[in-house]
Amino acid sequence: MTRPRQTSDDTRKQLSTKLRLYWKLIKSLQTGLLLATGVAGFMSARCPALDWRILLSMSGSLFLAISGSTVLNMWYDRDIDGKMPRTCRRPLPSGKVSRREALLLGLVLSVAGVGWAVALQPLYGLVVFAGLFIDVVIYTIWLKRRTAWSIVWGGISGGMPILAGRVLGIAALTGVAQIDLIGVLLSLGVLFWIPTHIMTFNMRYHDDYQTARVPTFPSAYSFQMTRVTIAASSLAAALTMGGAVFLIGTTFGYLRLLVVLSTALLLMAIYSVVRPSDRMNFGLFKYASIYMLSLMLLLILGAL
Amino acid sequence: MKKISILDRILLLIVGVLAAYKIVVGIEGFGTLTIVCYTIAFGVLMFAAFLFIIFGFDILDSKLVVIVAAAIPLILSLALIAEYLPSIRTVYMALAAVGLVALAITRYAAPDTVATVVLATVHGIAGLLIFSLPIIFAVQGKTPPGFALVGVGGGVMGIGGLSLVFLKLGKPILSRETIFTVLPGILLFMTVAFVAGLAMR
Repeated sequence: MTRPRQTSDDTRKQLSTKLRLYWKLIKSLQTGLLLATGVAGFMSARCPALDWRILLSMSGSLFLAISGSTVLNMWYDRDIDGKMPRTCRRPLPSGKVSRREALLLGLVLSVAGVGWAVALQPLYGLVVFAGLFIDVVIYTIWLKRRTAWSIVWGGISGGMPILAGRVLGIAALTGVAQIDLIGVLLSLGVLFWIPTHIMTFNMRYHDDYQTARVPTFPSAYSFQMTRVTIAASSLAAALTMGGAVFLIGTTFGYLRLLVVLSTALLLMAIYSVVRPSDRMNFGLFKYASIYMLSLMLLLILGAL
Repeated sequence: MKKISILDRILLLIVGVLAAYKIVVGIEGFGTLTIVCYTIAFGVLMFAAFLFIIFGFDILDSKLVVIVAAAIPLILSLALIAEYLPSIRTVYMALAAVGLVALAITRYAAPDTVATVVLATVHGIAGLLIFSLPIIFAVQGKTPPGFALVGVGGGVMGIGGLSLVFLKLGKPILSRETIFTVLPGILLFMTVAFVAGLAMR
């Protein structure tokens, strides 16, 4: 009687370990933030927000597609990750998950996510596919190891979930899916926000990226030039997001909050140019995440 | 320097969310200047809470943060004056501007003692106004009784602010450890009092 029970316990333990490793492979925080942008894009259309069937289907398909692209990204970059102290303990470079297993997982998640998205609404599916394709093929495989400007393509793929959510929201509201000006502005807002998020990280782990020979803005154009770029990009993000939120027709209360959040981002970015320090740089990185999450909550709550 | 704990971060996050809530809801009925002042004051409070969460308590060593933090009572008091004592609005606005400029100049170009005395004066006057005006108005019946909570918030802010000022002067009323232990709670209590008081106006 003891042996079958022990076997069942072992299986449960193995399954739990496996799921924990897979969870690490999908970068849950990053995936969660991108998913939040998708939900915010959907809600921004002021569609029937409590249509849980569409909302859950959108969240499910986006989660699978974003997770799939992240796993494929991790699979392709396993050699780079193995060279950097920050990432060498990740499941792939540490050998806890095999290459074949990760590739299979990434493909299954991606196909399931895009397939579900296309079945839900073809144009929505196309935007989700575009995000995945740009992230995996153009950004990760083609450009990341060649040019510091690959970040632009990373940014474009990062802006796809919010655009996809908006497209599906419009389709749910009007019955006709389309890419509108607000959707483009929201997407641009995320694109312009990406440098604040990524380049601060590039500066913090500059040595790691050098070791792995990954070209970044700080290594190609100096730290100070990167800080100026971050400040300019933050301004562009604030303006485009502000434009989008204004066109959506959100109340003045939410607009006031948007102005406060954006002003704080700009002040930190400018302070980082005038008085550069590692601490300020990492503070800006953290605030950028708070900023984006707050904006998405603002869009969601503003639509209710 | 005391390390910021998970509980501190949670309390500060609630401060940030409450301040954000107040920016969005419940100040529409005021005049334009009052709305601008409340937006700036609660905006700075929200941002200050985020800065504490990100950097910890040693952010208070930054000169710029001290100036910006002192703007909270100054601008809140200006909002109260603008709304309830419009006859002295322009004079107080000028005084507030002078106070803020004096704070900025002395922080960067004067000995620490002078800078701290200016900080204590500006903080003290603004704090006293936020503490006394809502209570006086509530007692006089100009506002509903609940508005006095804004005064309670002002009183708590004054106590917290003065503790920090005396700490900077090197004559602490409470130890540095104790101040930083109670600071998130004080900030939360103060914010709840402001938000509740303004909601009951």
